[in-house]
Amino acid sequence: MTSSQTIDFSSKETEVSGKDKPATSSVPLWQQEGAEPFLRIENITKKFGDFTAVDNISLNIYKNELFCLLGGSGSGKSTLLRMLAGFETPTSGRILIDGVDMAGVQPWDRPVNMMFQSYALFPHLTVADNIAFGLKREGVAKAEIKRRVQEMLDLVQLGHLGKRKPHQLSGGQRQRVALARSLIKRPKLLLLDEPLGALDKKLREETQFELINIQDELGVTFVVVTHDQEEAMTLASRIGVMNHGVIVQTDEPHDVYEYPNSRFVAEFIGSVNLFEGVVIEDEPDTVRIQSEEAGGVLYINHGISCAPHQVVHVAVRPEKIRLGHEQPEQKENCLHGRIMDFAYMGSLTVFKVRLDSGKEVRVTQPNFNREVGERFTWDDQVYLSWTEDSSVVLTS
Amino acid sequence: MKRRSLFLNTTAGLGFLFLYAPIIALIIYSFNKSKLVTVWGGWSLKWYVELFNNDQIIDAALLSVKIAFISATLAVVLGTMAGFVLSRFGPFRGKMVLSGWITAPLVMPEVITGLSLLLLFVALEGMFGWPAGRGTGTIIIAHTTFCMAYVAVIVQARLSSMDETLEEAAMDLGAKPSSLFFLVTLPLIAPAIISGWLLSFTLSLDDLVIASFVSGPGNSTLPMVIFSKVRLGVTPEVNALATLMIAIVAIGVIAAMYQMRRQNRMMSS
Repeated sequence: MTSSQTIDFSSKETEVSGKDKPATSSVPLWQQEGAEPFLRIENITKKFGDFTAVDNISLNIYKNELFCLLGGSGSGKSTLLRMLAGFETPTSGRILIDGVDMAGVQPWDRPVNMMFQSYALFPHLTVADNIAFGLKREGVAKAEIKRRVQEMLDLVQLGHLGKRKPHQLSGGQRQRVALARSLIKRPKLLLLDEPLGALDKKLREETQFELINIQDELGVTFVVVTHDQEEAMTLASRIGVMNHGVIVQTDEPHDVYEYPNSRFVAEFIGSVNLFEGVVIEDEPDTVRIQSEEAGGVLYINHGISCAPHQVVHVAVRPEKIRLGHEQPEQKENCLHGRIMDFAYMGSLTVFKVRLDSGKEVRVTQPNFNREVGERFTWDDQVYLSWTEDSSVVLTS
Repeated sequence: MKRRSLFLNTTAGLGFLFLYAPIIALIIYSFNKSKLVTVWGGWSLKWYVELFNNDQIIDAALLSVKIAFISATLAVVLGTMAGFVLSRFGPFRGKMVLSGWITAPLVMPEVITGLSLLLLFVALEGMFGWPAGRGTGTIIIAHTTFCMAYVAVIVQARLSSMDETLEEAAMDLGAKPSSLFFLVTLPLIAPAIISGWLLSFTLSLDDLVIASFVSGPGNSTLPMVIFSKVRLGVTPEVNALATLMIAIVAIGVIAAMYQMRRQNRMMSS
């Protein structure tokens, strides 16, 4: 990334998005002018009595995307997913899948399949019969069913377990069966409700990448609901961050993390230090913010749209901050404090630093070397500094 | 395994002795050679032979089995429907009252159930001419009534512990609501239905009080026959009969328990 990048996404380089989809098309669909979205959600609202679970959401999702709806519990993400599957009827608004309005289309008639959080495997059927369930409802010929079930079993690497019952499988295996079952009807759109939620950490990491590979291979559009930001970051081509029934920000993982558009997003994804301050200088390529909390002037090298003397927050990620015993040359974006506490985590060390202003700041330092390098301990007087392009100004 | 203390072992032993000593005594005495019930005269199977030659008892036994079979089957159909309503209708006005009504026969004194049914049958006959007299038909209706309550409770428990997303998953995969019940719901609650049927069967087979109220002349069930025989003095023949009944009931209860366990194992995974 170059330091001149701005929040204006239209001018962004395309290399950023090449991460998940190797070289099929250089520019992802959602950045192409006039590209036809595969799934259109238009002003969808869902009310349960007086409670508004989903509040006037509009969203376009494109073919072959792996879109993550990320949000805490009660943010409305699951309700939105259930409306796509047809289990809930929107109070108002439209859902179009591949150009077809889904109003009045029952769950069993939709070109959509869902992988449930609990996997919802039928306990009375074998693995193979579970996977075949969807095809049998369509009246596909027996030989064809057998062939496609075996194909699916091989795809999820369970080729030899077709005759087992679900309760004889491990959690990871059940997750794969659920995935195979939801993919066998070749849906245009696959909905996944916390697909990795029930797996332990190590298995999750393996499965995440497998899921991406399968999605790539089959070219199905995925919509994933999750509360786990790490899961969303690794899986998604784009993330929609939800809060109180509204999508707060829709962007690629990198941008959601590096350029959050609000304090909610900044705090929800990763950890962040926020400094409250007042804008004292606002030029197209410079902003200076006087912050009492930081105890000095903070300087950012890109413009923001705000009123003079507006109260804003400057967000700095813990890993963007450099820690040192010596005062660095830069005068701005440089704070002084005392180490209150630290935790050695192996790959990195987390420091809690109390600034002279009294505010506590979280700093992480990667452990590049085993022994050499500057050592920090309790009560050390330290300088915190960061470059002018590594912080973000948040007006909301 | 945790080691159990002598105290626990003794208590458990005494408890089981208290519960089962009379039954064990009865079983042993059914193989008694002596004609006197209280005097041991050596091992013999002759009372079983006599039992099978006694037409009155055999007829009553066949009638009891027939009634138990029919009323268990009817109770399963009605009870499953009731259990389904109770667990799936969500909260509705009067749900508490309805579930109370359905389970009331479980705790209602049998004398009252029997008496009220008798009054109902008599009143119905007076008004509509049906049921004409009392007999096998009225016993079946009466047994269905109270067995249905047991089935409803068992099925409801099963359904409410069943993951409802299973039905959503089936719909998502293309199952229409009409086929959904037979493809997913019924197979999943089948063990509950089977154990409900077995329980109903044994309950109906056992029942004396209600049957006495609602049966007519010439329609004595097995418990009624035994009861009337015992009033004339206990014969070793009755011991043999009781032993057979214990065996049948035990098999029914064990089968019902096995079904429940199998199903719990399957559902909990």
